[in-house]
Amino acid sequence: MPKWSMVIDLDKCVACQGCSIACRMENNTPVVSPAESALGRLMLWNDVFPLQAEEHGAIASAQAKFLTRPCMHCEDPPCVKVCPVEATYQDEEGIVRQNYARCIGCRFCTVACPYGVRYFNWYAPAWDEGLERHLNPDRVSGDGDLEGPAIRPKGVVEKCTYCIHRLHKARERAAAEEREFRPDEYVPACVQTCTGKARFFGDLDDPNSTVSQLAQSRRAFRLLEEAGTHPKTIYLHEG
Amino acid sequence: MRREKTFHPPNDNEATVLAPLRGVTVRDQTLWIVLLALLGMGVAAWVYQFVNGLGVTGMNRPVYWGVYLTNFVFFIGLAHSGTFISAILRLAGAEWRKPLTRAAEAITLFSLPFGVASIIIDMGRPERLLNMIIYGRFQSPLLWDFTAVSLYLFSSVVFFYLSLLPDIALCRDRLTEVPRWQRKMYRILALGWEGRPEQYHRLERVLDGMAIFMSLLVITVHTVVSWVFGMTIQPGWHTTIIGPFFLLGAIFSGTSAVVIVLAILRRVYDLKDALPIRLFNSLRKLLIVFSLGWIYMMIAEYLSVFYGNIPEEMEVFWQKLTGDYAVIFWLMTILVFVIPLLIFIFRGKDSIGWMVTAAVLVNIGMWMERYVVIIPTETRPRLLYELLRGAYAPTWIEWTITVSLFAGLILLYAVFTRFFPIVPLWETAESLEAESEMDKARERIFKFGAKFGSGFKQKSGD
Ligand code: SF4
Ligand code: SF4
Repeated sequence: MPKWSMVIDLDKCVACQGCSIACRMENNTPVVSPAESALGRLMLWNDVFPLQAEEHGAIASAQAKFLTRPCMHCEDPPCVKVCPVEATYQDEEGIVRQNYARCIGCRFCTVACPYGVRYFNWYAPAWDEGLERHLNPDRVSGDGDLEGPAIRPKGVVEKCTYCIHRLHKARERAAAEEREFRPDEYVPACVQTCTGKARFFGDLDDPNSTVSQLAQSRRAFRLLEEAGTHPKTIYLHEG
Repeated sequence: MRREKTFHPPNDNEATVLAPLRGVTVRDQTLWIVLLALLGMGVAAWVYQFVNGLGVTGMNRPVYWGVYLTNFVFFIGLAHSGTFISAILRLAGAEWRKPLTRAAEAITLFSLPFGVASIIIDMGRPERLLNMIIYGRFQSPLLWDFTAVSLYLFSSVVFFYLSLLPDIALCRDRLTEVPRWQRKMYRILALGWEGRPEQYHRLERVLDGMAIFMSLLVITVHTVVSWVFGMTIQPGWHTTIIGPFFLLGAIFSGTSAVVIVLAILRRVYDLKDALPIRLFNSLRKLLIVFSLGWIYMMIAEYLSVFYGNIPEEMEVFWQKLTGDYAVIFWLMTILVFVIPLLIFIFRGKDSIGWMVTAAVLVNIGMWMERYVVIIPTETRPRLLYELLRGAYAPTWIEWTITVSLFAGLILLYAVFTRFFPIVPLWETAESLEAESEMDKARERIFKFGAKFGSGFKQKSGD
């Protein structure tokens, strides 16, 4: 059973925010008005932040630094622990899932996630004129289950799912073609689109996969390692 | 026919205490209508929020929790008045508490529903509330809360009702001129109480037993409420002191609320004899202890954070002491601690006016304290606190709902006091027939308390 993981090489990231846009189109994240956005209600499952320049002695580093941030898909996720109804949970392949059909909107997970990657639907989702014709029809749904790009009702929490619907589709394709599913048949939209080819995706349990090789790199680090969440989204330092 | 034989322990204050029950005045009705209107506005605001989404509040990312959670913690805290006074002091055998037990317990009973309501109001999808039962997972502190608070509500109702029982029977037998439906209500609620010695005996035993359980519950409930915050790893919340600190704050604000309520009841219902001034003096001593305890907790918490100097903790720390929340933080300290303590020590003795002033300040301050515990942490999230600076300003929807919750609490209280005696007549009677029996029973159950309590009684008899 694969354990999905993403590696982001900050050396290669050009901060174009292509991943953010690809994610938005792929996952139908609602568009919010500038006024709402100023309130802090912008939704970007995968956000790109400018980082503060570090000071070395008297000299501030001239180089601008950026950080792109999807969900960390923590191995020990604080968000999952606190959910009272198991609307967010970790599946056997390590993906932290979010079920819109069950979430009661208590927002406990949003305050518990130390990375701020969870977004709440303050209003019913809306799209600008024309955009709603380009919504991704993919969804993961079942009995009492609604996930992925499916249109969320208002009042529930959503977040990066490593494009769980792509995994489902890849599996279904393999099944239809009556062959075994290979872990390299599936990547999230941000990985596929990344301009600088800075993102890698794959099975962390496979010693030959790119991600597990890169995770060995001396440049590898994880965000807030001290928080004990054991992220599976791994970064490679610049330089 | 059994009713003829019903024994009611003689009580000098019976006439005064029952007087407010003999008729509802126009003033009452006006008050009720005003409160109902406020409550109605809250309901309308909530419906508006339900239809449009939580976007109508000021909450955002990263301040996902705001005034509603503050109200939740505050109301549950207020509820601790009653159980503290009637259960913990009952176990300690503090006899002085007797006249004010019911007034205090009523605060518990009537503020709990509004605590529960606050949680439901805060939910993005309140219609999925049942998911908490269907899919409930006990890893979540929210489910601990859910369980603890429902248990608390349930046992408070039982505890309250049991101690009310002999007095309902008294109403049934004495208030013969009230409207028919009211007499019928007393008859049904009295459950055929006859006041036989063994009934009193049994009642006392049950109340003593329940008091033990309730005391444990009171500690659990507010600790669990704090754990909703404390169990996350957010800076400013993740401390081991948060449980005891919340608990102390709860009992502090609850006991202050009792002072306010007593003063109002005394004035409005003319209960000067039934609620003597020495009650205020006893409460004053408790309140001095609580305010000192509060500052002790404050120092213990903030000094260790400051000394440890962990970057993400310091962000929240400075946010409170000198940042966006500095005004409310220092105002809170003055309102909860500085002014009330000075009043309690230098002015409070024998002065109801001063005691009420201090108690009101404490409660305003405690609400602010809950706010200051919850919000600043959220404005400085752990990751990238340099970038993701949150801010929060509640909207009029949130304020309307908050006001209506308080109006609802006052409404329930006001209505209740017009139909049931707010001073427990049987508990304050000069002698129950079963008095000696009762003491023996108490001694059996709670040996230490009975002895310790008798000492306490003498000392607090001023
Ligand atoms: S990054 Fe946040 S949302 Fe994602 S798994 Fe970790 S705790 Fe959960
Ligand atoms: S907001 Fe939804 S997913 Fe998050 S903890 Fe509450 S029920 Fe679970």
